[in-house]
Amino acid sequence: MTVAPEKPARSMRDWPVVFPPPYAGSRIPSRVPTILDVPAELLATDDILQVNFGPNHPSTHGVLRLIVDLDGEQVVGLNAVIGYLHTGFEKTMEHKTWWKCITYPERIDYVGYQNAELVFVLAVEKLLELEVPEKATWMRTLLCELNRIHSHLVFLGTSALELGAISMFWYCFREREMILDLYEMVAGARMHTRYFQAGGLAEDIPRGFYPECRKLVERMPKAVDEYEALVNRNKIWLERTQGIGLLSADDAIALGQSGPVLRASGVDWDLRRDQGYLAYDEVEFDVPVYAEGDVYARYRVHMEEMRESTRIVAQCLDRLEQMDGEPWIADDRKVVLPPREELHTSMESLIHHFKIVTEGYRVPEGEVYSVVESPRGELGCYVVSDGGPKPWRVKFRAPSFVALEATATCLRESLIADMIAIVGSLDTVMGEVDR
Amino acid sequence: MSWESYPGYVAANEAFGETTVTIETAQIREACEHARAEGFTFLADIVATDYLGWGGKGVSGYIGTATGRDLNHPSTQGYQALPQLKPKRFSLSYHLLAMAQPPVRVRLQCWLDEDQPVASVVSVWPTADWHEREQFDLMGIRFEGHPNLERLLMPEDWEGHPLRKDYPIGGEPVRFSDAE
Repeated sequence: MTVAPEKPARSMRDWPVVFPPPYAGSRIPSRVPTILDVPAELLATDDILQVNFGPNHPSTHGVLRLIVDLDGEQVVGLNAVIGYLHTGFEKTMEHKTWWKCITYPERIDYVGYQNAELVFVLAVEKLLELEVPEKATWMRTLLCELNRIHSHLVFLGTSALELGAISMFWYCFREREMILDLYEMVAGARMHTRYFQAGGLAEDIPRGFYPECRKLVERMPKAVDEYEALVNRNKIWLERTQGIGLLSADDAIALGQSGPVLRASGVDWDLRRDQGYLAYDEVEFDVPVYAEGDVYARYRVHMEEMRESTRIVAQCLDRLEQMDGEPWIADDRKVVLPPREELHTSMESLIHHFKIVTEGYRVPEGEVYSVVESPRGELGCYVVSDGGPKPWRVKFRAPSFVALEATATCLRESLIADMIAIVGSLDTVMGEVDR
Repeated sequence: MSWESYPGYVAANEAFGETTVTIETAQIREACEHARAEGFTFLADIVATDYLGWGGKGVSGYIGTATGRDLNHPSTQGYQALPQLKPKRFSLSYHLLAMAQPPVRVRLQCWLDEDQPVASVVSVWPTADWHEREQFDLMGIRFEGHPNLERLLMPEDWEGHPLRKDYPIGGEPVRFSDAE
């Protein structure tokens, strides 16, 4: 942390008030919803210290800069500055063919990569009106849930680490390693698998995957018990998480929050259950909801979701084990690569392979917005096609980006020491924020 | 849903299982207020799309377009049919969600010329704050009445709006230290 120059330059303070709070009792700052302004009477005391937190700090999960105004230990002003990881993914994708684009979304949200990959593939499939085989749908569900556990483990490990609980980090990364090994088995890569193709999966599910995955399903509930044993009755953990970073249900919806943050504010909303994509209509799971809206509630939601995800994985395995030999990708040769062995015998297949790899397939003209419940919430993908082999416009609705809009509301009347816990509890991935 | 009752209603269109309601640009804020009162409490996203050069891209393939062949773009293919022309350069889409059972999603859309401002909806949904700043930053859409319309992702002193179609993609000029 570095101390900012003596005279804070906040010329925006003089701007007219145009945004009224939407309702009484809202904690959303009134001038700009994402900026907490120092009250005028405090500013006059000349006791306000402006501190620059980040952009390079281990607990910012990337590069987030918070300009914090402090009155003693009290946070009285806050402005979040983002953009340090902006790499122009959306622009780059306009210059890649549709099937090459699939590698990009997973690098946007590099922790919830499988869900990010899914949302783009779903958008392309929606435009192509492509039917996906059942086996692929179930495998996608399974991998997305593994990915959710993975993401929550990273969240839990790092946010506990920031509060000083280092053993939690090691425990979480132990199980995370198991999941990454499973990914490696399926796709050959531990992260950023590019396993989803438009039409299904890139390859068949490897032999030996189901028993290995079963081991994780058996392990996971015990592991979550262990995490809970570590922190649930830990007085330091409770004191540092309960009652801070408050976000009411109305504020959460007004600020567009989604995923665990929304559910920890008492809103019973989960796209997997309410919107129903992939095979989520056919599996049984509960949606954990906590009404407190504090950091502890967000932590509880993540814990419960790991248990629920494990349940879903087990149900997916039950179904997948009965689907041996079924196709894993749609049989549409204009979009899907032909089977490798056919290239040696069939001229048609060779031509299709060549055309798809060099020029890419064409996607019908239109615009769609596909949406999934990523580990962080509503992850949307808006895609415009002009009927050519490349997307005209791609835009991601990143849940982390929206979560950071709530920092000013959550950090209201909090202490500087709680700032780390609060920002951590929003579970942001800066790659996704800045894209 | 009766989309006709929306202020500034122009047309409603169903495609790929999604509803797009086109709204007069001047009345987009009223339409959004109406939508929020109708139950669309959740603003998912605001997206601007630049349609400069839409349908006019040259091809090296065997299918012609309005501008014919372009040998400078090898390995690109033309269109099988020319895409439908757009009314103006920019489209601005608001993706709304009504948290009901079953959930209802709608896309409110308005069309903008270059440098044409549009009313901000921050007062309708506070979450629009960063969404609008991002579209201002990357697409150069000006939102009138936004309390803090500044660049969000790009540096403050950046010139141009990178997601526009006429933004050069050949890199940025390198400034050497001895030239300063």
